Amino acid sequence: MKAQRKVWGETVLSLAGSDDRVLVLDADLATSTQAVQVANELPGSFLELGIAEANMVGVAFGLTTLGYRPWLSTFGVFLTSRSLDQIRMMVSQTNAPVRLSGAYAGLLNGSSGKTHQDLEDLATMRAMPNMTVLAPADEYEIAAMMPWIADHDGPVYLRVARDAVEPVFDADYRFVPGRVYELRPGGDVTLVSTGVQTSRVVQAAGLLAENGIEATVVHVPSLKPIDEDGLVAAIGRSPLVITVEEHSVYGGLGGLVAEIMAGQGGPRVIRHGLADRWSESAPNDFLLDKYGLSPRRVADRVGYLLGDRHGVPEAASA
Amino acid sequence: MTTTQQSGTSLGGGRGDLEPMALEKIARQVRWLIVSTVAASKAGHIGGPLSATDMLVALYFHELDIDPAQPRDPERDRFILSKGHCAIGLYSTLALRGYFPVAELATFDHGDSRLQGHPDMKLTPGVDVSTGSLGQGLSAGLGIAIGAKKQDKDFHTWVMLGDGESEEGQVWEAVLSAPRFGVDNLTAIFDVNGLQQYGWPAQERDRFDRSEPLGHVDLESVLTGFGWNVLTINGNDYDQILAAFEQVRAWHGTAGKPTAIVSRTAKGRGISFTEGHFTWHNGVATPEQLEQAHRELFGTDPEGAQR
Repeated sequence: MKAQRKVWGETVLSLAGSDDRVLVLDADLATSTQAVQVANELPGSFLELGIAEANMVGVAFGLTTLGYRPWLSTFGVFLTSRSLDQIRMMVSQTNAPVRLSGAYAGLLNGSSGKTHQDLEDLATMRAMPNMTVLAPADEYEIAAMMPWIADHDGPVYLRVARDAVEPVFDADYRFVPGRVYELRPGGDVTLVSTGVQTSRVVQAAGLLAENGIEATVVHVPSLKPIDEDGLVAAIGRSPLVITVEEHSVYGGLGGLVAEIMAGQGGPRVIRHGLADRWSESAPNDFLLDKYGLSPRRVADRVGYLLGDRHGVPEAASA
Repeated sequence: MTTTQQSGTSLGGGRGDLEPMALEKIARQVRWLIVSTVAASKAGHIGGPLSATDMLVALYFHELDIDPAQPRDPERDRFILSKGHCAIGLYSTLALRGYFPVAELATFDHGDSRLQGHPDMKLTPGVDVSTGSLGQGLSAGLGIAIGAKKQDKDFHTWVMLGDGESEEGQVWEAVLSAPRFGVDNLTAIFDVNGLQQYGWPAQERDRFDRSEPLGHVDLESVLTGFGWNVLTINGNDYDQILAAFEQVRAWHGTAGKPTAIVSRTAKGRGISFTEGHFTWHNGVATPEQLEQAHRELFGTDPEGAQR
């Protein structure tokens, strides 16, 4: 198992090594985001901008006008919240090929994490015209996405997780933008997930199977673009669809699936994630349990929604 | 050529070939295009574009190494209007310089127009960077200057900021970081016209008397302290503007740090009823005011087209 940020650093180093247009911009978090790999090996492809993210976004935009393809590296929250205006005006409006790599996105970003968790990034980035929004499941998927991003002519937001998860793909994985992946077939309920949460949802499906509940698991790595027909087909005639994400229930994967299914006259969609509330600083396992995202808690929640009143009615979902 | 400049012809001009008298004449035409276009569009900014007019004219008709026939030439000098709400001043200058027909100014801020209320690099020939939300232009200029250094390109990047705009924190992120990159190919022009849209009411004064956005700041010391070369000029005086340009050219590629021109100007400069009045941050001139503006600028009445 390998952390996505580690793979991000290795891959961006390899991309920079073969393409002079690739520059890696850092806002004093290079060791956390792993941009340090580029700083050490290819200092000519590395720019330190200091603790000034809005300026970093503007500098990145300026570089694109000379043909560069800058990869921004900092915590996701400092890009998608702190620099939202800069992304909106300089990057989205101009369709500039800026690669916004939001490290430590989601709930799990280590100690003292509360204020640094990014639980709104998918919502804000999805609303940006021209923006591609990607949330890879594991080390293999992020490694496959990055060369595609490198060749893409517009802006991209890439969600990068801090910690390693049990992989759901393998080294043969090929990324196709917009495609959804059915990871497991089942007839009782469909679980739709994105990012590293998919790994935990696959484990939850295993727990459910032990209790005789068969869950389809659908992974959505590409929130924008999205193959709507593919998603509808994957969800099929499931009696119940539950989206599960390390994100607010507003505007992320849950919003996306609900929007698409609303036009289909299809099944009920339950959005499971952070339900209009702040999280807190605590160890990962505590956070996953308390906010309903650990495999056990996801399974309990699904059981409850399917009629098991010993399940979890109060979980963070909407 | 008519004094109202609706003929659609460009005034030409190239690097270094127009001197103060000629520039002053062009500036009067730019000022007329600003007030008359905004009057025709029935909304738009007046005070900021007028304070910046002389600098814009000096840049586009004297200093910048540009070719309106090749607005995307990779070797061209770059200009970023960070105070993007002053777009009509830039558009009027670009039109007279030959980037697009002067007559097209009539579409300013209309639907389907290439001339949006704030500069859009995807639409308007000659616009290098899209701006509008304040405080962002210097960062973009820094990125361009860094990229030019990396690519061994010799062009110069100019960014014009307002003093009101400089209340935005991002300006100071860019000011703080730029000297680290040795960008002596970057010049920031602070158009210090002393007024902003509403501003800072001075406690013991009449409520229409406003204190300056940066009035309490020793801007030269601050910029010097951040590691910039600093020049202070009267930004409505062509001799001083051109002398500053000469110094910038001498520092280009040699100074090892960026240059700031503190360009002290008058908001609404050049027309008596707008100059120095914060209420003309934006505004629409009445037909009588337009006539007066024309008389003040050219000594004649307009030829009826504006009525």
